[in-house]
Amino acid sequence: MRVRAPENTVMFTFDGQRLQGVPGEPVAAALLANGIKLMARSFKYHRPRGVMSAGSEEQNALMTVGRGAQAEPNVRATTLEVSEGLEVSSQNAWPSLRYDAMAVNDLVSPFLGAGFYYKTFMWPRSFWEKLYEPVIRRAAGLGALSGQTNPDDYEKAFAFCDMLVIGAGPAGLMAALTAGRAGAEVILADEDTAMGGRLLREREDIDGMPAVEWVAVALAELAALPNVRMMTRTTVTGAYDQGTYGALEQIAGPRAQGKPLECFWRIVAKRAILCAGALERPIAFPNNDRPGIMMASAVRAYVNRWGVAPGKSVAIFGNNDDAHRTARDLAAAGIKVAAVIDSREDAQVLGDFPVYTGAQVTATKGRHALESITISHGNGTRVIRTDCLAMSGGWNPTVHLTCHMNGRPTWKEEIASFIPTPDSVPGMVTAGACNGAFSTADCLAEGATAAMEVSTGLGLKPKVTVPAADDTAYAITPLWSVEGKGRKWIDFQNDVHIKDIKLAAQENFRSVEHMKRYTTQGMAPDQGKSSNVVALAILADATGRGIPETGTTTFRPPYVPVSIAAMGAGSQGKGFAPERFTTSHKATVARGAPMIEAGLWYRPSYFPQTGETNWRQSCDREVGYVRGSVGVCDVSTLGKIDVQGPDAAALLDFVYTNMFSTLKVGRVRYGLMLREDGHVLDDGTTARLGEQHFVMTTTTAAAGLVMRHLEFVLQALRPDLDASVISVTEQWAQFAVAGPQARALLNTVLDKKLNDEVWPFMACGTVGVGGAKGRLFRISFSGEHAYEISVPSRYGESLFRQLVAQAEVMGGGPYGMEALNVLRIEKGFITHAEIHGRTTAFDIGMDRMVSAKKDCIGKAAAARPGLHGETRQQLVGLQSKGRDHALSAGAHLFKAGASAVRENSQGYATSVCYSPTLDTHLALGFLENGRARHGEVIKLCDHLRDITQEVTVCDPVFFDPTGGRARG
Amino acid sequence: MILSFLTQPEGVRVAKLIALSPCSGLLPLEIGGIVVTEVSIDRLTSVAAFDGKTKATSTSLKDQVGAGLAAPNRRSGAVSWFGHGVWMVTGAVSLDGLAAVSDQTDAWAVVHIEGLGVEDVLARLVPVDLRGHIFHVDHVAKTMLGHLSVTITRIGPQGFEIMVMRSMAATLVHDLQIAMRGVALR
Repeated sequence: MRVRAPENTVMFTFDGQRLQGVPGEPVAAALLANGIKLMARSFKYHRPRGVMSAGSEEQNALMTVGRGAQAEPNVRATTLEVSEGLEVSSQNAWPSLRYDAMAVNDLVSPFLGAGFYYKTFMWPRSFWEKLYEPVIRRAAGLGALSGQTNPDDYEKAFAFCDMLVIGAGPAGLMAALTAGRAGAEVILADEDTAMGGRLLREREDIDGMPAVEWVAVALAELAALPNVRMMTRTTVTGAYDQGTYGALEQIAGPRAQGKPLECFWRIVAKRAILCAGALERPIAFPNNDRPGIMMASAVRAYVNRWGVAPGKSVAIFGNNDDAHRTARDLAAAGIKVAAVIDSREDAQVLGDFPVYTGAQVTATKGRHALESITISHGNGTRVIRTDCLAMSGGWNPTVHLTCHMNGRPTWKEEIASFIPTPDSVPGMVTAGACNGAFSTADCLAEGATAAMEVSTGLGLKPKVTVPAADDTAYAITPLWSVEGKGRKWIDFQNDVHIKDIKLAAQENFRSVEHMKRYTTQGMAPDQGKSSNVVALAILADATGRGIPETGTTTFRPPYVPVSIAAMGAGSQGKGFAPERFTTSHKATVARGAPMIEAGLWYRPSYFPQTGETNWRQSCDREVGYVRGSVGVCDVSTLGKIDVQGPDAAALLDFVYTNMFSTLKVGRVRYGLMLREDGHVLDDGTTARLGEQHFVMTTTTAAAGLVMRHLEFVLQALRPDLDASVISVTEQWAQFAVAGPQARALLNTVLDKKLNDEVWPFMACGTVGVGGAKGRLFRISFSGEHAYEISVPSRYGESLFRQLVAQAEVMGGGPYGMEALNVLRIEKGFITHAEIHGRTTAFDIGMDRMVSAKKDCIGKAAAARPGLHGETRQQLVGLQSKGRDHALSAGAHLFKAGASAVRENSQGYATSVCYSPTLDTHLALGFLENGRARHGEVIKLCDHLRDITQEVTVCDPVFFDPTGGRARG
Repeated sequence: MILSFLTQPEGVRVAKLIALSPCSGLLPLEIGGIVVTEVSIDRLTSVAAFDGKTKATSTSLKDQVGAGLAAPNRRSGAVSWFGHGVWMVTGAVSLDGLAAVSDQTDAWAVVHIEGLGVEDVLARLVPVDLRGHIFHVDHVAKTMLGHLSVTITRIGPQGFEIMVMRSMAATLVHDLQIAMRGVALR
C-alpha cells in the first residue's frame, strides 16, 4: 500500500506476476506496496520469509534477477532497483513460493539442528560425496547459477584521491563538505542510489529545514566542487594495504550490449574517513521470522523515503528510545499504530496509541504473513492483531572495514555494542554512527571534525561550521532474547536460532570462531551483519562470560558480495591473456593453419592442404619439403637480445658455458646457459655482428626468463661489466629457410646472390632483401642446409608471402610446429621438453661444452657429486620397431623383462614423433646410464595411455649423424 | 598487391618488400568522442650509455636531436626515459663508443588516444594515477594496461601516447575498445 501517489510508474514481474513499481525504488518496497509480504523461503528449513531491512544487510529477501544465462541469483530485493521490464523470481522454493514442498524440512527441524550433518552423515564415508551431499545441496541452499556462460559485461577501474569518504549519511556529507571546501580531492562513495543515508529515511530537521532538504543543498554544493567526486551505488567492500580500498559499483540505467553491469574499483586514498553508519539488530523472540516482522528502521525507511506502508496496523517492539520514532512517523503518515511495546519498565512513550512498558513479545501467529502477536507485561498477556511488527534491539556500528586488516572492535557498554578500535586501518579514521555516535548532531560534528583533522594533515586549511540538528541521547537497555515456546531466530539467512548456539556451547564449541563454524551463524552473503552481536551475546550467556571476553568473529572483505565477474572483469575470452601475433599471422591463418599457443605467441601447427584428412599427412608432407626441397617457417618468436658494450663478450663468457670471446665477427655459435644451481636454463645461438655487438637468440618460452637473468647478472653479479642488453625480438621478423633448395630460394629475394665462400655454415651478416636491410644467419635446426633471414618487422608479412610463393614453385612450402618438431627430433636437437629444469649439461651430453678455461654461472654447482656419472639419467634416442609402433611422450622406461612399476623406472621419454624420413617412430628420452646402453632393447610403458612398446636405445642423432647436410 | 621490382647485379629481378605498420587494419578507432590513432615514427632508437659515458651521451644527443637524456619517468623532446638506464630516441643517432644503440623502429606499436574523458578510459585499464594535475605533459609511466606492459606518456591535456610491443597491438586495440565502449555507454 502506498501512502502517497507516485509520479511515474513502470511494470516489472515477480514470479511471473506483473506488478507496478516506481522506477529506482527497491524491489522490496514495490512488493510491499503491492501487498506482497512473502518474498522468500529460508535456507535450511524453507520457512516463509519477508523482507527485514531496507539495505545491503538484508538476510531474507534474496532473489534471482533475469533468466537464462543472464540470471543472477541471491540479489537483495532491498538494493535491487525497480526498472521497466525487470524480471525477478523467488528462489529455494518448489513448486512455488507459497506451497514449497521442501518446507517438510521445517517439520523435522528438531533433528536438523547445528552439527546434524556432521554427526549423521559421517558413515559410510563413501556415501558423502555420492549420496548425502547432493541430496542436502538440493534441499538447502539459496539461488542457483544458470550453468551457462555469462554474456553480461563487467568492468574494473582504478581511482585516486586525497580522501575517501565511505558513506554519505550525515557524518559522510559533513566530512566531504569540510574537506571539499578546503580543496582536498575527495571521493565520496555510498552504496545507496541516493546520498544522504538515514537523513533520507527519517523525519527530522537540520539547520531549521527538513533533513532531506538540507541533504539536497549539501549535495548540490558538493556536485559544484570540481575536487569532489561522488559515487553512488558504490559499496566500499574492503580495506587493503597502502590505503587501497576495493569498491563495487552497480551501474545505473538500462542495460545495453557492451555496457557493464558492475564495476569493481580499486581506490587508492591518502586518507579515508569511514562514515558507514550503523545497522539495527533484531531481538530473538519466539517465531520472530514471520513475513511482516521487520526492523523498525526499515519500516521508517519504507514509509518516509518510498511512501510505502509495510502494514495496515503496525506494532513496535523495542528496547531503546530510537524505536519510538517509528510510532511517531507512522502516525504522521496516517498508518495505524497497533501498539508500542518497550521492554524497559521506565520507558517514556507518549502518543495516541496503546503503550506497554516492561513488556515483551512472546509469540507470533500467521503462516505466510503476520496476523497477531502475543505480549506479556506486568499485568499478564495480551494478543494484539497486527500485520507488521517493527522491532529494534538497538544499533550496531558498522565496524567491518576497520577489521579488514586484523583489527578487533572494542565493546562499549553505553550502547551495548562494538565500536572501532582507533588506528585499526592505517590512514583511516571513523566518524558518526559507525563510531557509536548515534544522534544526528553528533554525526554531523564528528564528520566535520574528522575531515578537519585529516585535511589539516594534508596541509590544507579547513574551516568548520556544523549545522544544528537533533541531539537526543540514545538510551538503551540490552534485550537479546525473549523466553517462550518456539524458535528464536538469530541468523535468519542461515536459519540459526538460540538453541543452536547453546548446543554449540554445550558441545564445547565455546570459542566464537568455533561456534560460527559449528552453527554456520554469520556465514553466507550477509556475513552475519545483523546477527553477530546477538549471537555472541547468547554465546556469552551460555558460556558464563561477558561479551567483551567472548569477542567477535573476524570481519573479512568483502563487505557485500562481489561477483567474480566484476573482480575478473576484462579477463573473459580474449581478455584472459594477451595474444602475440607474428607478422606472418594473417597469411598463415588464411592458409587454414590451426594455431597453437607458445608462450603468448600464436604459431601454426601445420598448413593443411585439400585432401588431407589428418595432421600427420600435413606434417609428413612438410617434413618432406625440408628434407627434399625447401621449407619456410616463421621463427620470429624466438627471443633476440642485443648485447653491446666493451664487455659484451665477457658477459657472454660468464653466462654461457662455452667461450664467446673467441667468436669471430660474422660468425654464429651455439651456446648453453646454466642456472646458478648447475641445471640448464636455456640454449640458443649467438651471432657476433661487431667487435662489441652480439645478438643472442633464446627459445620462445624462455625469452623473458633469459632477459631477466641477464639483467640480474649485470645489476647484481657483475656490475663491473660494461655491457648492455636490450630485447630486439619484436624489431625483426625472422624466417627459417631450410632444405637443399634453401640457397636457391633465398637468391630469389636477396639483392645479391649467396655463395659458399662468403656464407659457410654458421656465418652471419647483413644482406639486402627486396630493398630492405636484413640479416642472414646460416644456422640449422633441421639438420639441412638452412638459413634464418630477418628483416625489420614492417616487411615481415611481405617477405613471408614471397618466400612461401617461391618455395612452392620449387616444390616446397611453409611448415609448422609439428614438422619443425619432427625435424629436430630426427636430429636429436633439444628443446625445453628436454631442458625442462631438472637436467644438467652432463645429462644432455653437452658437458664438454662447459669450458675448462673459464668460470661461468652454474659451473661450480654442476660439479657437485650426484650431478654426473652412471647414476644419472642421460639423453638417448629411442627407436620403435616400426611405423605401426607409436611411442608416447611421458612414458617411463624399464629394463626389458622388468615389471613396469614405479620402483623399476629407469627414465622417461620426453619427445616423440613419427619420422617420415626413417619411416619409424622415434623418441628422445632420459635413461639411467643411457649413453653406455646404445643398442639395448628396453621397454617403454605409458600407464596413462596404456601403451607398452619395445624400443632400441641409440644415439639421439637419428639422421645424418655426421652433419654433412647442414654444412654442404 | 602491386609489386615493384629491384634488379640484382646478376640481372635477376626481385620483388620489393611492402611495409606494413603494427596497427594496420586495426586503427583508427573512435568511440564516444575518444579517438585512437596509430603514430608513424620514422626512426626509433634505444640508447643505453656505457659506464661513465652518460654525460657525454646526453651532450651528444643534445647536438643531434636537441634533447639530452631525460630524467626517470620523463620525456624531453625526442628523448624518453624507457627504464633502468635506457632511453628511447625518435630519430637516428650516432653514439659510437658512448652508448649501446639498437634500432627499435619496428619493435613498438605507438598509438595516440585523445579526447574528452580519455582519463576515464585509461582508468579502466591502467593502475597508475594519470590525472592531469598529477601526471603532466611529458610524464612517462612504464606500467600495465590490462595484462600488457606499456609505456604511457602524456602528450596533451586530453591525450596520451601508448607504446606496446608490436606483436600485442591487436590486444591493445581490443582492450581499449572495450574500455571505450564501457565508458561511452555509461
